[in-house]
Amino acid sequence: MVTRRSVLAGLCSCCMPGVVARAAAQEAFSTEEIAAGIHVRRGVDEDVTSHNDDAIANIGFIVGRKAVAVTESGGSLRDGERLRADIRRVTALPIRYVVMSHVHPDHIFGAGAFLADQPAFVAHSELPRALAQRGEYYRKRLEDVLGAGNAGPVVQPTLLVERGAQIDLGDRVLELTAHAKAHSECDLTMLDRQTQTLFPADLLFVQRVPSLDGSLKGWLQELPRLRALRAARAVPGHGPASVNFDAAADRLQEYLRSLLLGTRQAIAQGVEIDAAVKTVAQSQRPRWTLFDDYHGHNVTQAFKELEWE
Amino acid sequence: MGMNRPSVRLAATIAIGGLTWLGCQAVAQADDEEAARQARWAQVQRAVFADRKVMDGASMLQLEAPPRALDPALVPLTITLTGTKPVKGVYVVIDNNPAPLAGHFIFGPAADPRTLKLRVRVDQYTDVHAVAEGADGQLYAVAKFVKASGGCSAPAGAADAEHLGQMKLHLSEGFTAGKPLQAQLMIRHPNFNGMQMDQLTRYYTPAHFIRTIDVSYAGGAVLHVDADISLSTDPVISFGFVPRARGQLKVAVRDSKQQSFERSFDVPAG
Repeated sequence: MVTRRSVLAGLCSCCMPGVVARAAAQEAFSTEEIAAGIHVRRGVDEDVTSHNDDAIANIGFIVGRKAVAVTESGGSLRDGERLRADIRRVTALPIRYVVMSHVHPDHIFGAGAFLADQPAFVAHSELPRALAQRGEYYRKRLEDVLGAGNAGPVVQPTLLVERGAQIDLGDRVLELTAHAKAHSECDLTMLDRQTQTLFPADLLFVQRVPSLDGSLKGWLQELPRLRALRAARAVPGHGPASVNFDAAADRLQEYLRSLLLGTRQAIAQGVEIDAAVKTVAQSQRPRWTLFDDYHGHNVTQAFKELEWE
Repeated sequence: MGMNRPSVRLAATIAIGGLTWLGCQAVAQADDEEAARQARWAQVQRAVFADRKVMDGASMLQLEAPPRALDPALVPLTITLTGTKPVKGVYVVIDNNPAPLAGHFIFGPAADPRTLKLRVRVDQYTDVHAVAEGADGQLYAVAKFVKASGGCSAPAGAADAEHLGQMKLHLSEGFTAGKPLQAQLMIRHPNFNGMQMDQLTRYYTPAHFIRTIDVSYAGGAVLHVDADISLSTDPVISFGFVPRARGQLKVAVRDSKQQSFERSFDVPAG
């Protein structure tokens, strides 16, 4: 029998860097148990490339007495498949819930790997609308990078949260909160009651520069809500697998405030958008990775939001 | 990143609706592309200007555009007239957009045409041309290459009927009668271009965009804009004008559904 590995070994690797890199990524997939029954795979601090399968967000799962919940499914079908394989190494319990924290591709395209498990796909009640507008668009763009067939399907959520909800994995209750426009228009966060572990998804970026696609003012308003939960630890959407929420939120808040004040000031002074993207909140540059890749876009978004104030 | 790797990379924004793509093919085929860009411009030039001669405009005007757009649905352009010859209007052409002529700006007697700014959508890697038309009818072009894609089909938010046609005006500081002022005009309009698909219904959101903008000051024409589908959502245009005395700047906008919006602004601002 010819295995995939032996086929790869027989090929000149310089012709197939993508395939080889992918095989390496597969071996590298690992989750860490950051609290009892909570397993997290740290995403890489990169943009999606043909070599990383869009495995750039922190994803993982929570094991209860009767069932498993996927906290984030991954950035591509393959990312989700690897997560599913990892779950099966840990437990044979049924996968009953797959959380889709918001519409961005690095958080939803792993969901296709769990369709056969027939879980409830849990999301903010605004996610269907956002997916209608962008899902297919994201899928095509992702395939442009990962190759045809590699993105995975656009999975529709089946359990919608309008404000709050609870799911029970068997003696393990997860509290879900749907947020007002913040990082995106459909952010859903989760708290594991048993370990007081918070899953703020992309309402919390650590080290990797935040990306803004909802409302800057809204995001600054939602952060204190999460802070008030006084969670023991948090699993940010990007960054280390487990962090102290307050310290990480302080840094994020500084970035967002700096963006808010800087953009408002630019608008008040009649600085136009093309100049503002080069000047606003530049003092934040040394604090974040990928700053130059995202910050200008954030200023553009902030400008659009604030210029009509 | 290795040279021969398919280093396709979503810079910045796959997570954000607007997308910037850096494709390796763009580098590999630079020579071919240069030729293709020239051919495209020749084609577009014929379509827009028929057989009128278009001369090099380096001594007449400058075009500023970001080499790589941060948001392809909002690419800021600045056109500065640097020559001494009187200019009656400026054409903005985005060669590879589905409708390349983004706008034709015609200056009235009350205009100060030196600086013009606008925000456009860019659908794919393209040359952007700014073409000045002298008072004598001669055409002068300059170009900038812009790396951006997806700006035309990028999903837009739902139309905000409540704010449709709302306007704001920012004026540069310091009013002195007879001295030029720079005005930034903001108009709330979805400017749907007919290329954004609603995946739920599988229908394209019908085109609904601004066709013309007329700006006048104390009855004298400042600017007439013939626009097309390439202006960004909530268009923002900056232009100069010369107020002879205190008065009102009047703006009249008409869109593709024949809706009209009018607003007058005190100069200087009250």
